[in-house]
Amino acid sequence: MNEQNTLAVKELLYKMADDLLILGHRNSEWTGIGPMLEEDISFSSMAQDKLGQALALYQLLNNLGEADPDTVAFTRNDHQFHNCELVEYPIGEYDFSLVRHFLFDNAELLRYEMLMESSYEPLAKLARKFKGELKYHKFHGDTFVMQLGKGTEESKKRMQASLDFCWNLALGIFEASPYEETLIKEGIWQGEEALKAQWLAAITPVLEAAELKIPDESTWKPVYGGRSGKHTENLQSLLDEMTEVFRVDPGAEW
Amino acid sequence: MIIKSLDPRISRAELDADASMEQELQPLEHFETYEVFHQKKRGTHHTHVGTVHAPNPEMALLFGKEQYGRRGVSVNIWVARTADIFASDYDDSDIFSTTPEKQYREATPYKVMDKINEYKAKQGS
Repeated sequence: MNEQNTLAVKELLYKMADDLLILGHRNSEWTGIGPMLEEDISFSSMAQDKLGQALALYQLLNNLGEADPDTVAFTRNDHQFHNCELVEYPIGEYDFSLVRHFLFDNAELLRYEMLMESSYEPLAKLARKFKGELKYHKFHGDTFVMQLGKGTEESKKRMQASLDFCWNLALGIFEASPYEETLIKEGIWQGEEALKAQWLAAITPVLEAAELKIPDESTWKPVYGGRSGKHTENLQSLLDEMTEVFRVDPGAEW
Repeated sequence: MIIKSLDPRISRAELDADASMEQELQPLEHFETYEVFHQKKRGTHHTHVGTVHAPNPEMALLFGKEQYGRRGVSVNIWVARTADIFASDYDDSDIFSTTPEKQYREATPYKVMDKINEYKAKQGS
C-alpha cells in the first residue's frame, strides 16, 4: 500500500476498533446485574465478542506499524480515541443499552458485510470471520426491540424515549473520514454515506414492526466529533476505570 | 443504606441494603421455561442441553443459542416449551424393570465376534 492508503486504512481501523472496545467495555458493565440470568449471559457474551473483534483490529494496526494492542488500548487518553460518542455514554437503564446495541450492531453487521469485499485483504478476511457473531448480535437487538416495542405501555414508552435520545448520536456513527474519497476510490470500502443508507433501510422495517417511530427527519442533527477525538466527559471516566489495573504495573506479564 | 462495593458496577446500581427481599411472587412474574436441544453436526441427532426462561419461542432461541451454543459446538438448536413435553410419571418407573430370564432378547449372548473376525481375516488375506 502507498502512504496515503495506509493512512486511510489506519484511520478506518482505529475508529472501528475503538467503537468496539468502548462499547464492549460499556456493555460488560451489565455482567452480573442484567435483568435476567439468560439475558445477562447473552449480553455479556456479546460484549466479549466485541472485545475480541477490537483485539483483532488492533492487531491489524500493529501489523501496519502501530503499537501493540495493549499499549493502544490502555495508554491513550480520551482525545486520542476515535469512537463515536454513542458508544461512550454510561449504560443507563436497560432500555437505553438495548436501543444503542440495536442501532449500533445493525450498522456493524452491514459495515462488515461491505468490508467482506474490501480490496484490503486482511480486513476482508476479518470481516468474514466476524460475520456469524454480528448476525447473532443483530438477531438479538431486533428481537428485543420488537418484543419491548410491542410489550407493555411502560416498555413501549421507554423504548421510544431511548430511541429519541440515541438517534442523533447514532447518526454520528457515520461521520465521514478525511480519507473517505481514497477509501472509496481504492475499493477499501464503500464509505460511511453508503453504509448509512443501508442502515436506514435495515432498521426502518424493524422499528415499524415494533411500532416505534424514527424521529422526524427535520430534527436530525448527527453528533459528530468523536472520530477526531472530541468526546463527552463519559469517555475519560470509562478509560480511568478500564485502565486502573493496567496502570498499577504497566509492564506486568499475564 | 446504599450498598458500597469494590465492584464499581454494584456501587453504580445504588442498591438499598435494607430493602426487604421478601415479596410474594405474582403470576407471570417469571417467564415459562423452554427445553433446549442442540445439534453438534448436521445429520446427527439433537441432544438435550438444558433449560432457559423466555416469554416466547423466539426469545428462547435467542437465549438458548448463547447459553448453550456460545462455545461454537452447535450447528442447530431446537427449543420446546417445557409444558409441551409429555412425560411418564416417576410413580410408574417400575415399567422399566423387567424379568431377567429373557436372554434370548438381549444381544450379548450371541457370540458373533469370532465369525466377524474370521471374515475380516479372510477379506484381508
